[in-house]
Amino acid sequence: MMEVVATEIPPFERFYLEHRDEVLGYLRRLLGPRAEDAWQETFLRALRAYNRLQHARNLRSWVFTIATNVAMDELRAKPQPPLDGAPGADLRRDAFRELEHLTDGLPPTERAAVVLRYGYDLPYAQIADALGSSEEAARAAASSGVRRLRRTHERLA
Amino acid sequence: MNVSPDLDSRFREAALREGLVDVRYDVVDSPVGELFVASTARGLCRISYWPGGMEESLARTFGPRVLRSPLDDVRRELEEYFEGERREFDLPIDLRVAPFHADVLAELARVPYGRTETYGALAAKVGRPKAARAVGTVMNRNPIPIVLPCHRIVGANGSLTGYAGGLDVKLRLLQHEGAMLV
Repeated sequence: MMEVVATEIPPFERFYLEHRDEVLGYLRRLLGPRAEDAWQETFLRALRAYNRLQHARNLRSWVFTIATNVAMDELRAKPQPPLDGAPGADLRRDAFRELEHLTDGLPPTERAAVVLRYGYDLPYAQIADALGSSEEAARAAASSGVRRLRRTHERLA
Repeated sequence: MNVSPDLDSRFREAALREGLVDVRYDVVDSPVGELFVASTARGLCRISYWPGGMEESLARTFGPRVLRSPLDDVRRELEEYFEGERREFDLPIDLRVAPFHADVLAELARVPYGRTETYGALAAKVGRPKAARAVGTVMNRNPIPIVLPCHRIVGANGSLTGYAGGLDVKLRLLQHEGAMLV
């Protein structure tokens, strides 16, 4: 059955209020202090494309896709500087917080895949959209990221 | 991770500066309650006494890029009107209505401050003297009340008949303008 109501494009203001905070959180994880400019660019890109959207399905993964693209451009142009202090210095107990701290050392695609999967609970199909890759490649990026984190973590432990 | 008010307003300003917004809106206080006001690049397009669901309504008429943003000109002219310092509005308006509605609203805009007119008389002015009821429908759907002064249109016997903001508001606006009521 078609659900007409569910696919009507919401007014941009509603879409924006719903997603602005989590997108900023995501970009902070990918870009640290450079997140704010990327956040603004993300929503400006979303706004530029918004009147051409054909349906309102998966708007959340759509905006994460844009944010990922903006972050990738940024990371390719200027790689993330290492954070102050040794990464292992203040590991917190919470599993993802531990990852979050360490993901700074990952290549951009792996970092985005790990953060989207474990930080935002996006399914692989939507992570694939965000990365512009196949679902298989998204899975591979996340698991390779996790393996890399584990190695880093073991080295530091 | 909450977006700060500063970051939020920088985004809204950038969106407007780049011309990416189909329609912007705001909610302004007035002596007759909160008013939902909206404007396109062409001009003021909506005033509503009832903000609920207005974003969706704007999206359907003007496009989905609906963004909240201060509308200082509109706010100022409304304030001046309610303070008794303004009798006519200078705001450009963006009307997207059927031709008959456009004709009636154009005539409505000429009804002066502090005066009333009947539905029938307004109908006659657009060349449809028998269309008083249809004129009533146009008033009922007036997208920009106050600025397009449908509160100045009353029944043949001088009764207030109806108003989107409620009859008490219609009465208050007419009293505010010093209209002589029968």
